Amino acid sequence: MQASPSQSIVVNVGQSLERLEDYALLTGRGQFADDLGVKPGTLHAAIVRSPHAHARLIGIDASAALALEGVRAVLTRDDVMQWAAPFAVGVKQPMEHWCLAVDKVRYVGEPVAVVIAEDRYVAEDGADLVSVEYEPLPAVVDIRDTVEAGAPVLHEKVGSNVVSDRSFRYGDPEAAFALAPRRVSLTIEYPRNSCTPIECNVVVAEYLGGDDGYDVLSNFMGPFSLHTVMALALKVAGAKLRHRTPRDSGGSFGVKQSALPYVVLMCLASRKAGAPVKWVEDRLEHLTAATSATARLTTIEAAVHADGKIEALRYHQFDECGGYLRAPEPATFYRMHGCLTGPYAIPNLQVRNRVVLTNKTPSGLVRGFGGPQVYFALERLVQRISVELGIDHLEVIRRNLVPANAFPYRAVAGGLLDSGNYQAALSKAQSEGDLQELYRRRDEARKAGKLYGIGFAAIVEPSISNMGYITTVMTPEARAKAGPKNGAIASATVAIDPLGSVSVIVASAPAGQGHRTVLAQVVSDVFGLRPQDITVNVEFDTQKDAWSIAAGNYSSRFAGAVAGTAHLAAQKLKAKLCAVAASQLKCQPDDIAFAQGKVFSTQAPGPTLPFNRLTAAFHWSPGTFDEGIAPGLRETVFWTPDVLTAPDERDRINTSAAYGFVFDICAVEVDRSTARVRIDKYITTHDAGRLLNPALADGQIRGGFAQGVGAALFEEFHYDEDGNFQSGTFADYLVPTTCEIPTPVIVHLETPSPFTPLGAKGVGEGNNMSTPVAIANAVADALSVRDIKLPLTAPRVHALLTTLTTSEPIHA
Amino acid sequence: MIKSSLLTRPLPLAPLAGKGWGEGRITAHDSSMKPAPFAYLRAASAEEALSALNEFGGDSRILAGGQSLMPMLAMRIVQPSCLIDISRTEDLNYIRVADDHLTIGAAATQATVEWRPTLAQEVPLLKIAFPWISHFQIRNRGTLCGSMAHADPSAELPLCLLALGGELLLRSHRAQRIVPAKEFFQGMLQTALESSELLVEVHFPLRQPGQRYGFTEFAQRHGDFAIVAVAAVVTDNAIRLAVGGVEDRPHAINWPNLNGSALSDALDEFSKSLDARDDPHASAEYRRHLVRELGRRAISEAC
Repeated sequence: MQASPSQSIVVNVGQSLERLEDYALLTGRGQFADDLGVKPGTLHAAIVRSPHAHARLIGIDASAALALEGVRAVLTRDDVMQWAAPFAVGVKQPMEHWCLAVDKVRYVGEPVAVVIAEDRYVAEDGADLVSVEYEPLPAVVDIRDTVEAGAPVLHEKVGSNVVSDRSFRYGDPEAAFALAPRRVSLTIEYPRNSCTPIECNVVVAEYLGGDDGYDVLSNFMGPFSLHTVMALALKVAGAKLRHRTPRDSGGSFGVKQSALPYVVLMCLASRKAGAPVKWVEDRLEHLTAATSATARLTTIEAAVHADGKIEALRYHQFDECGGYLRAPEPATFYRMHGCLTGPYAIPNLQVRNRVVLTNKTPSGLVRGFGGPQVYFALERLVQRISVELGIDHLEVIRRNLVPANAFPYRAVAGGLLDSGNYQAALSKAQSEGDLQELYRRRDEARKAGKLYGIGFAAIVEPSISNMGYITTVMTPEARAKAGPKNGAIASATVAIDPLGSVSVIVASAPAGQGHRTVLAQVVSDVFGLRPQDITVNVEFDTQKDAWSIAAGNYSSRFAGAVAGTAHLAAQKLKAKLCAVAASQLKCQPDDIAFAQGKVFSTQAPGPTLPFNRLTAAFHWSPGTFDEGIAPGLRETVFWTPDVLTAPDERDRINTSAAYGFVFDICAVEVDRSTARVRIDKYITTHDAGRLLNPALADGQIRGGFAQGVGAALFEEFHYDEDGNFQSGTFADYLVPTTCEIPTPVIVHLETPSPFTPLGAKGVGEGNNMSTPVAIANAVADALSVRDIKLPLTAPRVHALLTTLTTSEPIHA
Repeated sequence: MIKSSLLTRPLPLAPLAGKGWGEGRITAHDSSMKPAPFAYLRAASAEEALSALNEFGGDSRILAGGQSLMPMLAMRIVQPSCLIDISRTEDLNYIRVADDHLTIGAAATQATVEWRPTLAQEVPLLKIAFPWISHFQIRNRGTLCGSMAHADPSAELPLCLLALGGELLLRSHRAQRIVPAKEFFQGMLQTALESSELLVEVHFPLRQPGQRYGFTEFAQRHGDFAIVAVAAVVTDNAIRLAVGGVEDRPHAINWPNLNGSALSDALDEFSKSLDARDDPHASAEYRRHLVRELGRRAISEAC
């Protein structure tokens, strides 16, 4: 007897399905930007860059380069000022950022000219021949120096290196601090670092002439709100800047946002040369001049009760954004603004945010964006509260966590923490990670005179950014004038062709995460098909695809927003199929179900319809349908989370649609001899709502963890005191390899989000936020020190060790 | 050019020269590599390499394994007019025991030496040092002589040669000479090689009865350039300790066989006498600290 389809409905969502992407990638069929063919006659660009951190640009002489055989054109500031405009930015100040230096250079590596030639060799030869005259100026390198009287000013018309200064208060922080039995404070600095993709930026641009604008293929990842910045800079309508992304991207981690100025630059280069132009960023260019995580100097203070309960928090923060404030900066501050109190129920908050400029590479998106900076300060402070009050660290965390029955919980700065059970996550981490064993190891090691420490970090991991959060940088009055901004629109299109095959199109610009796999899982479930029956196209074309400003691959928005929207689009299409199926099967549309390629009624056993026969009818015989059923099988859905409203008049802002929870336990031993930090055990606990594909979620966790270890122990962009960049190769900028990364124990909890279509939240950035500070806390515990600077390289830890009184045991 | 620490090392920059053979491009349309123009000669023999050196002298560079030279070319840190490729010269690709030395020719790769079945008996110090040298993929291509000629102050192979008191055979079109390791290494990427000379072979002294060997190093990551590397040669009545990564070249010291506090004092004094580098990777103070720690370890663990 044949089983009825309803008895064997397969659910693909939640399974660790193997990646549909991997066959192509493992057999050399990847479609990366640099591999794709270009039009015959495409030229190649090399960029002349500033060797100075700060200098007046006196003159550019390209004649020797132009005389070189094979050089076709040299783009300079005169062209750029004629054809383009400065980049728009969210802070109103009299400062201009063009795609080429115009009056001054403000960081080492700033583009000054573009040599366009028949191949990259000749272009590089030509770049060597461009003569640029500079008048060097003193540079500002250290955050602290930016506000010093007499410091060199980068943008003279601003008159200061502070380009934004906003203060916020929530609750009654002054009263809380005045009444607090204890105050604990810390001044702490998060360094410049990055998450370096294997593939650097690639742009192929063509000026189309006439009124046709520009056609660009690049591995820019979004947010596509920046497409408007590009189009405005090129002085064309949005639709006249066609931007396409290839199917595959060799990693992004936020960093491919930095393709933004180069898209504009290469469009102009193509216009100058009269031919398509291709530019592939090399590693030296990438490390020097692409982007960096924003460095932050924070003074953080807590008003604390004797039991460790935090009554108020105060942040005084400086974000160091480099030579220019480049969109979406100063978003590093404001992405986290609504959840500055982390996973804690803290009723009073005071914040002062100052954005300062230095003679360094412009900062921007780097995986974790804003999170590592906030939590490095906040979670170090919580550890200090534990030390200064003499209360167990875990107990301080536990006493301050948002109660499990309080969700959705409105944090004081406006973040609406959607769901969770932080206490349960702590318990699970302790038992599955065997914390007792780590305490035992610590006791034993310390008895033997070793330096062993245990650190914790508890964080909320925001996902699906509110596109309006950046307007928190404006005063309420300025916002009222400009009009409200909010939302996080995702879009997805699902279509079924005449043979009944299903295709999905999204504007998610993935960089290796496995979006195609997850979308196939999500959509196959809706139609009772197999994942391999679903064709997912993730190439993104701004001229043809459904998209809005939030499109792109950032803020961990895929699982919650994009996959959820694909689900909604598939449901919409399914509703149409159900209406026709119901009339054919003589039942109600609500009774129709799909499984194993069949369509049937759940109420009456009887005939089943093959899926492809039902769908074919839409193409071959629309005339037979009842009235009200439109022909065609292609549905697009735009979705935005209702909870993402604009900042209110008291500056409260729900910065993200969903907030996962991460709780990490880290045990380290510091070798007295070499000062190397060895991670003995690492436990990372995640509640990212409903997991769509647990194996992919674990992959995200492992990747973020590796980068978190990098930030904690190895990676930093170094500049000397004159602003010369010193980390231009992978022998200088140390990314950990598999040899340096231990395997973390991963613990999961699933508390679905009530605000996303599938209950999923982001999981891609948590460890970038939690791991650096969990390791820092472990080292602080091992050495009993307060001031921790990242990365904790062996030489730096050695310097810490030498400051300790060697005659006394560290753990008295 | 943009500066980074790898790039700021003082290098003899060859001017762009218009002379030379042919067009001098390996592949003109591969846009993923972009050195300045150079002529390329694949030498079939040592003789051919020497005559090319004679003709081009200081404007040319010997290419063997290319593990350091190729990245420097791609970044245009070096811009030789001519590359003389000796990687396929059969008469320079040899490893043999001659007199009391293991003699390694200029074209022999590190991997072929590393996996020589008799290496542990012949030059035990090399056997224990090899796993510290970068990664196996790099040792598959890199040559021993290339590492000597490149003279990175952190490199393990020059350190081992100095520790053992080895020698190098340099040959020009007209003459040849043997130079002790101590005289060969003259500073950061600086050697005794004249522009017309080829480093033909390197001589590692064979194991001596009664000698024990120790090697250790510290690097931030597995396979990185050492912040400090140390090699020790210990006998019942003497210690020879060589350190790399600290000064601009490897540095060796001889002691009677010390132990206990006398050894600590000697290590302390030695570490203080070194002109230790201070750079973004490590402070001079930390390097001195490692000399003491690793020096003691290499000596005590010598076997």
